[in-house]
Amino acid sequence: MKRRDILRGSAALAATAGLSAPAVSQGVAANRLLRFAPQSNPGSLDPVWTTAYVTRNHAFLVYDTLYGSDADLAVSPQMAAGHVEEDGGRTVIVTLREGLKFHDGEPVRAQDCVPSITRWWRRDPMGQAAAAATEEVTALDDRRIRFRLKAPYPRLISTLAKPSNGLYIMPERVARTDPFQQITDYTGSGPMRFKRDEWITGQIMVYERFADYRPLATGTPSLTAGPKVMNLDRIEWRILPDAGTAAAALQAGEIDWWEQPQVDIQPLLRRNRNIVVDVQDPIGLVSALRFNTLHPPFDNPAIRRAVIAAVNQQDVVIAINGNDPAGYTTGVGWFTPGTPLANNAGLEAFKSSIAAGRAALQAAGYRGEKVVFLGPTDILAPKAASEVMGDVFRQMGFDTDYQAMDWGTVLQRRSKKEPPTQGGWSALCTSFAGYDFLDPLVHSQVRGHGDQAWFGWPNVPRLEELRTQWLAATDLPTQQRLAAEIQAAALEAAPGIPLGHYKQFTAYRRNLTGVLKGIPVFWNLRKG
Amino acid sequence: MLAYIARRVLATIPVMLIVAFFVFSLLYLAPGDPAAVIAGDQATPQDVERIRASLGLDRPFVVRFGEWLWRIMQGDLGVSIFTNLPVSHMIAQRIEPTTSLMLITITLAILIAVPMGVMAAWKAGSWIDRGVMAFAVFGFSVPVFVTGYLLAYIFALQLEWLPVQGYTPLSQGFWPFLENLILPSIALGSIYIALIARITRATMLEVLAQDYIRTAKAKGLGSRGILFLHALKNAAVPISTVIGIGIALLIGGAVVTESVFAIPGLGRLTVDAILRRDYPVIQGVVLLFSFIYVLVNLGIDLLYTVFDPRIRY
Repeated sequence: MKRRDILRGSAALAATAGLSAPAVSQGVAANRLLRFAPQSNPGSLDPVWTTAYVTRNHAFLVYDTLYGSDADLAVSPQMAAGHVEEDGGRTVIVTLREGLKFHDGEPVRAQDCVPSITRWWRRDPMGQAAAAATEEVTALDDRRIRFRLKAPYPRLISTLAKPSNGLYIMPERVARTDPFQQITDYTGSGPMRFKRDEWITGQIMVYERFADYRPLATGTPSLTAGPKVMNLDRIEWRILPDAGTAAAALQAGEIDWWEQPQVDIQPLLRRNRNIVVDVQDPIGLVSALRFNTLHPPFDNPAIRRAVIAAVNQQDVVIAINGNDPAGYTTGVGWFTPGTPLANNAGLEAFKSSIAAGRAALQAAGYRGEKVVFLGPTDILAPKAASEVMGDVFRQMGFDTDYQAMDWGTVLQRRSKKEPPTQGGWSALCTSFAGYDFLDPLVHSQVRGHGDQAWFGWPNVPRLEELRTQWLAATDLPTQQRLAAEIQAAALEAAPGIPLGHYKQFTAYRRNLTGVLKGIPVFWNLRKG
Repeated sequence: MLAYIARRVLATIPVMLIVAFFVFSLLYLAPGDPAAVIAGDQATPQDVERIRASLGLDRPFVVRFGEWLWRIMQGDLGVSIFTNLPVSHMIAQRIEPTTSLMLITITLAILIAVPMGVMAAWKAGSWIDRGVMAFAVFGFSVPVFVTGYLLAYIFALQLEWLPVQGYTPLSQGFWPFLENLILPSIALGSIYIALIARITRATMLEVLAQDYIRTAKAKGLGSRGILFLHALKNAAVPISTVIGIGIALLIGGAVVTESVFAIPGLGRLTVDAILRRDYPVIQGVVLLFSFIYVLVNLGIDLLYTVFDPRIRY
């Protein structure tokens, strides 16, 4: 072969390559295509089977809900046309809007909604409470769902409207799947259809607009309430596990929206005039420390309270979310700041003083028992909080064994009830979505039912008594008073400690408008 | 020769069985619980237990290993705990990006490193030699992710010549395919180029001191003929050994490179699976890597006979 032949061949190859443009995204106008980098790679696509937030975000694209919640957590009908109460509130009948369709073209019927409800409420804590209050849920006909309640349950509709890990309507054949098994059919009822044929796990998830979706005719879009009008034809979720790469991709315009930019990269993005960095969800997250109350030293409430005295919430939230005051709140108790039950009861226990904590620890009779602190290495917020609190423990004088491990190992270790020196644990830090701390019904950290309680297994009967009273309360002032008592009791018994509230930032290209606050949703968005 | 190849291929079966046992045992002993990952932070211990039971993770080691082995022997790698997709499907989706990345990296590395090593040996002690060795030290010393970030910053963000991240299959066009792999291949190949260049140089120095090279020179053979026909062919055996060993290095490096450049390959699949404790996926990928490694070694052994006719099996 001569050199000229090689050159001729190369030219032909290059010409061929130029002609074959990628099939992906072909035929979609640039302003109708959104490329989004989610917080992580969704493992499972079943929002009942797993509670991962990234799967929840996927679910809001693919599935619709009976009711929605706006940014002020006010509830309004979504797939439902409305509901009526009968029999003094012991019967609630929800009627579906007309013309709703699944992605396979079949109509959405009450017979689909009932198994969707019963599958979901076997897994969801708030749903479980509604299930316990319900005698029977049935489809009266294609459009009407009837709840027969054991007693009037005013929280039923707000439960159905739960904005995080909520109730998604699936076809009956899918919804009949055991809630502890994964679904394999992703036929949805929401504004976008999941393109399973283009799904490459760990690289890309594709959604295309569902032409037969019927958004509400009126209202204002807010969180999961109001009309879900899609101005995009195609959404591509690009899985970018490396923060540096995601930042570069956003700057280069290879993606339009990066859900959760890392704190240390945000200044770089803020300097770019084409990028907006903003608080995504005002509800935010609450960082929390949890004690294992089964074993010394934290079987002693006075020792647990000593730690509260030493905690400086600002140190924790700045470590997690940076020092932009828009991104954090301190002086935070056990209820999400800015929501109706947030209060200051018991917060005087926080002295933000290592010396005060050390003195309280000595007074409490600490005898030098080893403290095993589980420190995750691969989940940013719990990692930062753990490092701060591990240092607080050491400064207070605890014999601290800080064990760094990946999150998967933390999750397994925290379920062990053995003593810390025999593979168990003493303390750990994690974060909860603000939605999980709205009220005592769903709140896992202000429970005290021993073996049945969240990891750490505190036995605090007073907390359970107050929760029962709160569940029976129907007016907001009484609920607020009881919430304050619960918080005070929780800080007295100290099964854990609230470490502060933070709001995650999001970053997107400036040509993207209509980004709604709250969990990342894609209706109302426009791309210029 | 054919009998030898057949024996070696058959010998992979017990090797794979031992690998399978070790992989399964290690995962059994390793801490972590996929049920806890699935259940989420709000789940009660009872929920976690139910999920564990539904996944069959509460059964004894022997039962689980036996079932898994039986399925493997039928060619079934199982189903991912999280995605619910067959592991073989997930591997099939990921094998093209990783294979492409590795092939381009190896080709690039050999094309660059072997001439560099030969030239360094030929001009031993000169500035060319010192330059090649300096590059080799640099290539060894700088981690793949640093090289990757630097390349992306210069060629993608500043010059805008190439994309920052992603992968386009070959079926969607040669240039889109190649443009996504240029930077990752250079980043991943830098260590490999350094390794091969050093070994080539060292081996060539040894060969160039042999009597037959002096004879070739005395016969008036040109430098190119001496270097590439006589010396390099005789130096090829250790070089190909290093290339074979380096493939293991490449697999490790691919994990990092795939993360930095968001290439959906087997390396990222492995890391994701490990972090989630997706046991069937981990087991499937590790088995595949072991199999590839055994085959690569077999290929290298066979190449010896090409480079050195005295070697017989």
